[in-house]
Amino acid sequence: MKFAVLVFPGSNCDIDMYHAIKDELGEEVEYVWHTATDLSKFDGILVPGGFSYGDYLRCGAMASQSNVMAEVKKAAAEGKPVLGVCNGFQILTEAGLLPGALLRNKNLKFMCRTVQLKVENNSTLFTNQYEQGQIINIPIAHGEGNYFCDEETLAKLKENNQIVFTYSGENPNGSLEDIAGIINERGNVLGMMPHPERAANDLLGSSDGLALFKSIVKQWRESHVSN
Amino acid sequence: MTKVKIYVTLRESVLDPQGSAVQGSLAKMGYNEVSDVRIGKYLEVTIGETTCSIDDLVKEMCEKLLANTVIEDYRFEVEEEN
Repeated sequence: MKFAVLVFPGSNCDIDMYHAIKDELGEEVEYVWHTATDLSKFDGILVPGGFSYGDYLRCGAMASQSNVMAEVKKAAAEGKPVLGVCNGFQILTEAGLLPGALLRNKNLKFMCRTVQLKVENNSTLFTNQYEQGQIINIPIAHGEGNYFCDEETLAKLKENNQIVFTYSGENPNGSLEDIAGIINERGNVLGMMPHPERAANDLLGSSDGLALFKSIVKQWRESHVSN
Repeated sequence: MTKVKIYVTLRESVLDPQGSAVQGSLAKMGYNEVSDVRIGKYLEVTIGETTCSIDDLVKEMCEKLLANTVIEDYRFEVEEEN
């Protein structure tokens, strides 16, 4: 399986993401600069964290208008898996690929620590290697991860089982319903504030994030490889 | 040249923790009459020759980039300049 890791001016988790795919997962991966106009050779798109365009105007706002995002929309429409982590999640909401928005953390602080997440939906292509309700340890590092959407959208998210991860125990940013990660209606675009790519090896404190990437590969193999 | 003043503010339904912190500071300074503070953005956009309607153009820019209408409202004033 071949992954693209998008790189914007100000991305800073691109190398972590690349490492997780190449060295921990053992799949193919390439960096793709934001000016790229073709993503057709990739099977999965990863939008990494960081501070694209210095978080100017709003987090992810300017990145969402870049050339490559038009291609990401195309890939999403084709059903390819698209994962946005942290700033990547912000970019996906700004691009309209996921509903809602990420607001300033309620306590106004940049939160950088490992948190516990609950897997609320393990029947997605990103979470099939987790148990339903499993508690996993994944680090967060963000100042604007307070998920917000209107009531109508929230009702829809619940109805369609689109809330994939919630914070278990303490909510670090004040997000609505303790939301940490959501998926689109079709089930192929996931956005989450916590960093699974930083939890891909026990040496880093946790390897709980690796199952997310393994889930993507498993689903892809099952649908693309026949013996 | 046309100068446009754009105000982007958080929607009323959206909490503004930054505004609340500022209100807290004002209260500590003795300004207890302040009942609410909301922080927004102010943009000055200068537009050159165009055949488009300035109103339509600015509205489009606000909807596409300058404001996120999920959480923000915007309004603008158009000032003619020479």
